[in-house]
Amino acid sequence: MSRANGTPYAPHTDDETAAMLAAIGVDDEEALFDIPEAVAFDGEFGIEPRTEREIRDECARIFGRNDDLTEFLGRGHYGHYVPSVVDHLADRAEFLTSYTQYQPEVSQGFLQALFEYQSMLVELTGLDVANCSMYDAATALGEAATLADRVRSTAGDTVLVPEQLREGKRAVLENYCAGADLTVETYPMADGTADVDALADRAGEDVVMLYAESPTVRGCIEERLAAIGDLADETDALFALGSDVVALSVLESPAAVGADVVVGEAGSLGLPTAYGMGLGIFACSDEFLRQVPGRLVGASEDADGARAYTLTLQTREQHIRKERATSNICTNQAWVALRAAIHAATLGPDGLVDLANDSVREAAALAERIDDLSGAAAPVHDRHHFREFAVRVDQPAEAIAADLEGEGFAVHAIDDHLLQVCVTDLNAGETDGLVAAFEEVL
Amino acid sequence: MIHDQANYEREGEDVREPLLSEKGQETVDVREDSPLPDDLTREELTLPNPSEPETARHYTRLSQMNWAIDAGPYPLGSCTMKYNPKFTEDVAADPNAAIHPDRSARSAQGNLELQYRLQEVLAEIGGMDAVTLQPPAGAAGELTGILVAKAYHEHHGNDRSEVVIPASAHGTNFATAATAGYDVVELPSGEDGRVDLEALEAAVGDDTAALMLTNPNTVGLFERDITEIAEVVHDAGGLLYYDGANLNALLGRGRPGDMGFDVMHYNVHKTFATPHGGGGPGAGPVGVVDELAPFLPTPRVREAAEGSGYERFEPAHTIGKVHGFAGNWLVSIKAYAYVARLGDEGLADAAAKAVLNANYLAERIDLDVPFGPFHHEFAATAGDRDAADVAKRMLDFGVHPPTTKWPEMVPEAMLTEPTEIEGQSSLDDLAEAFNLAYADTDEALDAAPNRTAAGRIDQVGAARNPRLSWQALDGE
Repeated sequence: MSRANGTPYAPHTDDETAAMLAAIGVDDEEALFDIPEAVAFDGEFGIEPRTEREIRDECARIFGRNDDLTEFLGRGHYGHYVPSVVDHLADRAEFLTSYTQYQPEVSQGFLQALFEYQSMLVELTGLDVANCSMYDAATALGEAATLADRVRSTAGDTVLVPEQLREGKRAVLENYCAGADLTVETYPMADGTADVDALADRAGEDVVMLYAESPTVRGCIEERLAAIGDLADETDALFALGSDVVALSVLESPAAVGADVVVGEAGSLGLPTAYGMGLGIFACSDEFLRQVPGRLVGASEDADGARAYTLTLQTREQHIRKERATSNICTNQAWVALRAAIHAATLGPDGLVDLANDSVREAAALAERIDDLSGAAAPVHDRHHFREFAVRVDQPAEAIAADLEGEGFAVHAIDDHLLQVCVTDLNAGETDGLVAAFEEVL
Repeated sequence: MIHDQANYEREGEDVREPLLSEKGQETVDVREDSPLPDDLTREELTLPNPSEPETARHYTRLSQMNWAIDAGPYPLGSCTMKYNPKFTEDVAADPNAAIHPDRSARSAQGNLELQYRLQEVLAEIGGMDAVTLQPPAGAAGELTGILVAKAYHEHHGNDRSEVVIPASAHGTNFATAATAGYDVVELPSGEDGRVDLEALEAAVGDDTAALMLTNPNTVGLFERDITEIAEVVHDAGGLLYYDGANLNALLGRGRPGDMGFDVMHYNVHKTFATPHGGGGPGAGPVGVVDELAPFLPTPRVREAAEGSGYERFEPAHTIGKVHGFAGNWLVSIKAYAYVARLGDEGLADAAAKAVLNANYLAERIDLDVPFGPFHHEFAATAGDRDAADVAKRMLDFGVHPPTTKWPEMVPEAMLTEPTEIEGQSSLDDLAEAFNLAYADTDEALDAAPNRTAAGRIDQVGAARNPRLSWQALDGE
């Protein structure tokens, strides 16, 4: 049984290939290609095939060129310890190698898992509906803006966002807004959170969506969310709240502060630090059900009257509604949502709340220790912090960050004299080293 | 071939896996032990609290109620469900690759090198000059490509308002053009299933920003007039966009760049065998010709001067960003490993075997295939049978059915793409399932499926009475 295939992942024996060609009635595979000579490619890519072992060695060598740093980095991408059970269950091939659930009768497992994920987000946000994922927090924010454009009939086309916002998030939002003829404008911050008085002056009929974050990009917990929600209400703007799945387990329920939509990051559960790969949260009130972007799993019944799950309200989606769809999203982050759900189930509510509380305590404790050092002040903002906080340094921040890197630690330099430091359960055991390194370089 | 997955029966009753919430929830008093003041916190949180063994059983049981490429054929047309080599998971799990995106370039040389290498091989495979890895899925790649085209036109002072798309194109094309703010001009299919040049000439003009085209198209036909198509679009000042969904058919035999395409996306879960994970994560790298490179998302990665490694840079007229960070990084790693494993010869053979398999399967089924010669996929017609019912019956014969009722140019279409990973006997099984279902009685088709974890599911009821969470099921 010889196999002379070029790809190791084709099962054809030579005899089978010959038999199949004979059944079709051609001499060779080339006869099946209908590509005019003028555009046919007869060159080479120059890609040398390698064995599994060679590729594993090659990639291990390449990744070994990343410096071995202890990261105190956050600003939208967070690593928490991911229990082994998450990898082992999510990596089951029945989940990992499945497609979108177009035939629900043979996809009940994944559909139920996504239904459960949606339900967890409903509990965490207090809103009625959560979809089964967007790509990340930034694209979810972009989708929220286009939803606002569809559901709000205010006179204007302004999306109002905090002036302190992760640059990449702002840039993604701009791209979604441009197509909908929306304009992104900012409102001022006061000491790390929204300047609500200035915001009140700025709010008006031209605003179609008002966006606030808690925690903010600087890790500050927003204290006046309800007031911001009222401002949005008064002008009939959509109130979109950006948050994080771990923070949501302890912070005021978004529904309680009047949020119409919650976007944000859920990849802080289930995913390791992954160079920015994420899991976008999108939740909203029932009112916008038929305008939700992305996939929704619903409960229904099968022919025997038993409960069963299926993708639903698909007339919102691109494969049915084409250019009138609520979004162009198709493939999303379903498997990451599965991972986040398994992680949340493993923690349970008390484990999740402990993780969140630790994120507050660890940040406060580390800020205090850095504040004790001469040449540094932390936290810069007089706020409660979640995971991360800004540090003011006397010397240029870039230079301090580079020096810390020399000592084996990575932190953010966010302004001329501002650093940002993020602490989670992954690096909490390394804070002594960080403080010592700060002492060294300050 | 029967696959009543995990459909356990006990005393004649179905025993389905309960929801996590039904297995037990716990309510935690959030304020009791909170470091935050009460006015910043919620009162309580109610979520499931299974033990680890219960969690393991729950998800294992759910996995048993799920079809997968490792379970059997998954011939969804246009979805290219091929085997996902296991070793790529191990490559992507390297803890040294799991770094934060805000690392300095100096301290992230490994990731930058892999990004650069993948950009280079993708450019070569597509015949493009520059590639970005940032788009997190195929549709995000489409949006990136169209935004790049838009920025290019605006940079040159051209305000163009339309994107032309063949009627048979993927739904994402239409939705993408609309998301980017364009009006869609739908191009009717020609009688032979391809683009009709006269209709194209009539549709394209001064307002045309781009033509979005899939080649081979969605019934597997190569657009033989591609050179003329490119000429029509380019003469009108428009750009030619390549939807990479069907690139698997062309590997090593044709490159979009050589056909006159200016911008394209790659679907890595399709062409480069990264696992689809039940709906993502995917990755949708975008390749462009030189003139469009300055408009790509930021940052891009290039070799730094004089052998000093790699660096990030901002393209001169960048559209900004399409993902908060660097896209679906773990997926990029798996795509690189797959391409490296196959090399030139393997990639070309993947296309050859994919086309061989589609043609062999079409030969073995009793359904008509109206359009040809097709490549990696074909659209059979169920004729006077309902394609969706035939598909449900196929489930009873132990295979996953093809994509149904699309594209619309084939009545009761069954769009079938076996990919290169099925062998002859597997294709014979698939053909038998097709033929048994197609020839079955109306009653059998209506009643199908009945050997699956759930019977036919009421889709209309699900949409009419949306219950989207366990909270909405309360009391049921």
